[in-house]
Parts: sequence; C-alpha cells; structure tokens
Amino acid sequence: MTEDIIVKTSARLMTPFIQMFGLYVIFHGHLTPGGGFQGGAIIGASMILLAVVYGLEEGEKRLGHDASTVLESSTLFYALIGLIGIAAGYSFLANRVAGIPVGTPGALFSGGAIFAINIVVGLKVASTGKTLFYALSREERP
Amino acid sequence: MIWILDLLLLLFLVVCAIEVMRTRDLLSAVIIFSSYSLVMAIVWQQLNAPDIAITEAAVGAGITTMLFVAAISKTSRWEE
Repeated sequence: MTEDIIVKTSARLMTPFIQMFGLYVIFHGHLTPGGGFQGGAIIGASMILLAVVYGLEEGEKRLGHDASTVLESSTLFYALIGLIGIAAGYSFLANRVAGIPVGTPGALFSGGAIFAINIVVGLKVASTGKTLFYALSREERP
Repeated sequence: MIWILDLLLLLFLVVCAIEVMRTRDLLSAVIIFSSYSLVMAIVWQQLNAPDIAITEAAVGAGITTMLFVAAISKTSRWEE
C-alpha cells in the first residue's frame, strides 16, 4: 500500500484498459495470438496491481476469496465441454464432428468448443494468479 | 539490418543473466530479471512466436516479479 498520488492515479486509470485488453485476448483466442492462459494472466496481473497499490483489503472488496473460489472451480466446465464429445460418441474434446456449431471461419463466434474453453481457462488462470499473490502476501512474517 | 537489433537484444539478455547471478541485493536482482523477461518477450516476437511473447510479458515480467517481491518482503533483502 502506497501514498504516492502518481502511482495511485496511474494504477486507477490503467486497470480498466489492462482488463479490457485481457478480455480481448481471451475472446479472440481462436483468431489471433493469445488465448485463455495469456488473457487470464493479463487480468490476474491487473488485479495484483490493484492489490499492491491500494492494499489487500481493497482488492478483497472487488473480488473476495469466496468469489475466486467459485471461479477456480470453473475448470469443471472444461471437463463438461470435453465430455460433450464423448457423449456424442467421439473422443474427449471432440469439436465439430460431435455436432457443436462452429460458425463461419474468421468470425468472432466461431471455433465451437475452443471459444468456450478459452473463456473457462481465462477465468481459472486469472483467479489463480490473484489467489497466489494473496496467499503469499497474507502470511505472517516469521 | 534487423540482425543488429537481434544481436543487441541477445547481448542484453546475456548481460542481464550474469548480473542477476552476481548481484547480492535480491530486490535489484528481481528488477533485473523483470527487464530480462521484457527483452525476452521482444526476442520471442523476433522468432515469430507472438503467443509465447504475450505469455512471457504477462507472466515473466508481471506475475513472477510480484511473487518474488512478495517473497522478499517476507524474508531478507540481502543474500548471505
């Protein structure tokens, strides 16, 4: 936690843009470089920035521990999306052959299961990055 | 002519890696390592790997630096 007005103001102004860029990387994961992991790491870094500048309690108000626990378990949806392929009679994570609509190539809503998997992985990585930092900085100094 | 840029970037990487090993102040070492990661991201981009470049910039320069600083704030700043 700092009292420097330059650091506080620039962190407050930059955070929405960083998070919007992270969402862009996640949602265009199947069209441009990047994907769920990269976008999630960017969003997690923005939450760490807020926690460093404004203190851990202020960051806890934005995204509490219970909320990030729920986000962590979004990996369950990854398995469920993969099981669609098995339910349709094909291999795990089967995409177009399993009947998932893929849309026109190059459009934002295309790629079928890859689009959903990118969003799930992004949520998981963002909350993991935030939780790692919180768990490490909460520990009492020995 | 782009090879001059590549050569400078790689030389910077070597110097950074040696300095991280040599410096006794762990906080300075973490900051040098962060700049190493940032230049490494540009090198990945030069190697036509933009995916890895994004990962290196976000994880290498962002998250691991903050984790190292948090770890140093719990222990001592100087190497013994």
